[in-house]
Amino acid sequence: MAVAQASPEANLDQPPSTPVHRLGEQVFDTVAEIGDVGEFSILTLIWIFRRRPRWSVLVPIFYAIGVQSVSVVAITGTFIGMVLAVQAYHSFQMMGLATRLGSVINISIVKELGPVLAATMLAGRIGSSMAAELGTMRVTEQIDALTALGTNPVYYLVTPRFLACLLLIPLLTLMADFMGVIGGAVVATQILGVDSFAYWKHSRDFVESLDIFAGVFKSYFFGAAIALISCHRGFNSSAGAEGVGKAATEAFVFSFIAILFLDFVLGLGWNTVYRSIWPQAQGLI
Amino acid sequence: MSDGATVDGARRKDLIEIRDLCMRFRTQSVLHGINLTIHRGETVCIIGESGCGKTVMLKLIIGLLHPTQGGVWFDGMDVNRLGGKQLVKLRLRFGFLFQMAALFDSLTIYDNVAFGLREHHICGEDEIRTLVADRLQEVGLPPGLERKKPAELSGGQRKRVGLARALALNPEVMLYDEPTTGLDPIMSDVINELILQTQQNKKTTGVVVTHDMKTVTKVADRVVMLYPLARLAPNEPQIIYDGPPEDVENAADPRVRQFVRGEAGERLRELAQLRANAS
Repeated sequence: MAVAQASPEANLDQPPSTPVHRLGEQVFDTVAEIGDVGEFSILTLIWIFRRRPRWSVLVPIFYAIGVQSVSVVAITGTFIGMVLAVQAYHSFQMMGLATRLGSVINISIVKELGPVLAATMLAGRIGSSMAAELGTMRVTEQIDALTALGTNPVYYLVTPRFLACLLLIPLLTLMADFMGVIGGAVVATQILGVDSFAYWKHSRDFVESLDIFAGVFKSYFFGAAIALISCHRGFNSSAGAEGVGKAATEAFVFSFIAILFLDFVLGLGWNTVYRSIWPQAQGLI
Repeated sequence: MSDGATVDGARRKDLIEIRDLCMRFRTQSVLHGINLTIHRGETVCIIGESGCGKTVMLKLIIGLLHPTQGGVWFDGMDVNRLGGKQLVKLRLRFGFLFQMAALFDSLTIYDNVAFGLREHHICGEDEIRTLVADRLQEVGLPPGLERKKPAELSGGQRKRVGLARALALNPEVMLYDEPTTGLDPIMSDVINELILQTQQNKKTTGVVVTHDMKTVTKVADRVVMLYPLARLAPNEPQIIYDGPPEDVENAADPRVRQFVRGEAGERLRELAQLRANAS
């Protein structure tokens, strides 16, 4: 039998070939993607209030995201504090301000490096893993199976991960802050010979509770962004090992960009609010 | 039949009605103008080449995908117009055996089978224990398997656990997506036998997507063959056979006979043509 003539529908299979078509397709895809992430985020928030995930689902996810990230975040925080002390010491000593080292190290850690590095470590360790896990579930039809069994996959898979990231990242940030402060202090006072009393006195004078709060406040946004971006990437993973790998990589890259972007926007917003309340103050986030 | 998402009291003979169903993924059309009615209690085997849209049709029936045109009516309800709790209720009337079983990797076999019962609070934990044991026994799995994870099972065992999970909620309709693909001939026969037993013992309606003619011979009351859209002539219907399994081998359409007998036919000539063009 001769091959049948292609149907009108088959003509649609021809991919657009002109640069204008490709540009249009790219723009369309980007807009659709942004809309999709927005819809996914709203759906997640709705499900959080509609139905609480079961403890048997929440506990293992909280353990994987929180407890298992403690060591990595602690090690990163410690080394950042230590490196800051080493790098800043000589400049401060040349200006005769070595005793002020504590203020600069600790303010940097609690306001910026602690939250951003804790979030980055979480994005690398948990974001990629969540995207790979959900991506594998997508390509092996496990997400379809959940839906077929009458369970909303956003409720069952995304809300526990979102809650874990949102609620545990402030604790991980505080852990990174604490270890960074200790690491910096050990190097400055025990190795570089800065006077311990002066180091802590200047730290206490310069770093306020509000500074620590500013870092923790930002971390909530970082945690939410990591969870939403990573779960969205996993849910929309394309087929095969390559698709899942791409989803995992994109989860980290997009989360990292989101962390830096949010850090900038929240910093700007915080400063505006701070200066409107205390016009004479110089505190910057 | 009412067009809206309504249910009337009488038991309908036509349980699933597919009307003018079209499905397109971006620029690729997969299904076009499908009209099909599945009666209560019958087992329909949907056959056709890979990529002709069989699995897509199965997913459209249960509302996992949304058609670009047309729709699916289940027991008088428009599947695509249902939302929230109504759609969940409808889905619980279906059991779905996925191609690779789609067991939840992170859960044990016991938890997989108990999943629907727990999520929908259908019964207490004691009752769930009994039900899970019964379902696993029905599909011929030993009790010691309950604490294992899906990764520790063979392909045939995974399929049977998938079947046990789908049957746990006592569905009215069972959807099977290539139930014997990737299994050895003996295990394929076991799965076919289980499908047959489910149909006979539980009086379920069945839709079986397959290209295994042994499955068709064993379980089908009716056979529907889909043809890839790209190979059809304009305005030609995509369903090229709809009839009893006994007649499928002697169907009037040569494309149906070729498929049933597994003859490559024109595909070999196309391959030769492609090679000639390339060289």
